[in-house]
Amino acid sequence: MNEAWLLAGMALATMATRIPVLIALSRRTLPAGVERALRYVPPAVLAAIILPIVVLREGELHLAADNATLWASAAAVLIAWRTKNLLLTIVLGMLVFLLLRAVF
Amino acid sequence: MSPTRTSSAHRAHFWAGVKDTFPLLVGALPFGLIYGALGIASGLSPAATAAMSLVVFAGSAQFIAVSLVAANTPALVIALTTLVVNARHMLYSATLAPQLKGLSTRWLVPLGFWLTDESFVVAAKGFEERATLEERKWYLLGSELAMYTNWLLATGLGILAGQAIEDPASWGLDFALVVTFIGMLVPMVKGKPELLAVLVAGVTAVLVHGLPHRAGLLLAAVLGILAGVLAERAWPRPKAEQK
Repeated sequence: MNEAWLLAGMALATMATRIPVLIALSRRTLPAGVERALRYVPPAVLAAIILPIVVLREGELHLAADNATLWASAAAVLIAWRTKNLLLTIVLGMLVFLLLRAVF
Repeated sequence: MSPTRTSSAHRAHFWAGVKDTFPLLVGALPFGLIYGALGIASGLSPAATAAMSLVVFAGSAQFIAVSLVAANTPALVIALTTLVVNARHMLYSATLAPQLKGLSTRWLVPLGFWLTDESFVVAAKGFEERATLEERKWYLLGSELAMYTNWLLATGLGILAGQAIEDPASWGLDFALVVTFIGMLVPMVKGKPELLAVLVAGVTAVLVHGLPHRAGLLLAAVLGILAGVLAERAWPRPKAEQK
């Protein structure tokens, strides 16, 4: 493995996804419909990242009682919804997770 | 406005960006620790493990890369995988670009280079209260540099720990990322359209998780966005809620 090539390739690939679109689209006005649609990017992407981690284990649906990730996530959703406090959600969510893992 | 007053206003927005990003640093720190440790375990040199955080700065792509390195994958394949895993950043760029309209390339290049999931979400919210380009660019820069510093620090600690620990992933610290993203996601769900977007994106991602290189993530996100847009048509927002 040539580490320099690996780093250069990954750096270029990442920059290609972050910089050109930012520059190109900041030069023109997008149609209102597109801008409205882009408002759904944050929730949609986050949900698509999180849910598979929470409900899958080694590629299989895992909704059993001993899935600490699942129950701690449910607790985190509840905490986030009631408190709207990100730091509190992270700290309490981690705590619930570590407790459940100690139990299972 | 005198130069001193301008620069102190810059500083205020910069630090507001840092401050609004703080909770996310807590969630990203263990993630960076594990990355550093896994990098060493994969067979990468400590220098390359650290350099990847410095020049790539993309958490999930770095995780996948070190697992591919461990499986002796060619560098070109890893770079192409990185492209697909990071494709969601194009959506982030497209979302932020109209709000940074008129900003010079000298600013857009570094702001783009440092744009992560976390800073994107912070900016999407923080820009609502910041109307001018000046305010926005300093705010975003503050958020991004906070994430970058934190990530480099965490990587460094992880590299040190990685030389001492056997199986870093088994600690369950990777849950920190999940709980952070949940904390970011829940307040975004302000109405039925967002809820539908979240459900469609999440369920699709689970159904298509078998697609290679996490291409399913992109498909799920696009379907979620579409669901949100259609739902907005079905249930138009009351005027007061419109943003």
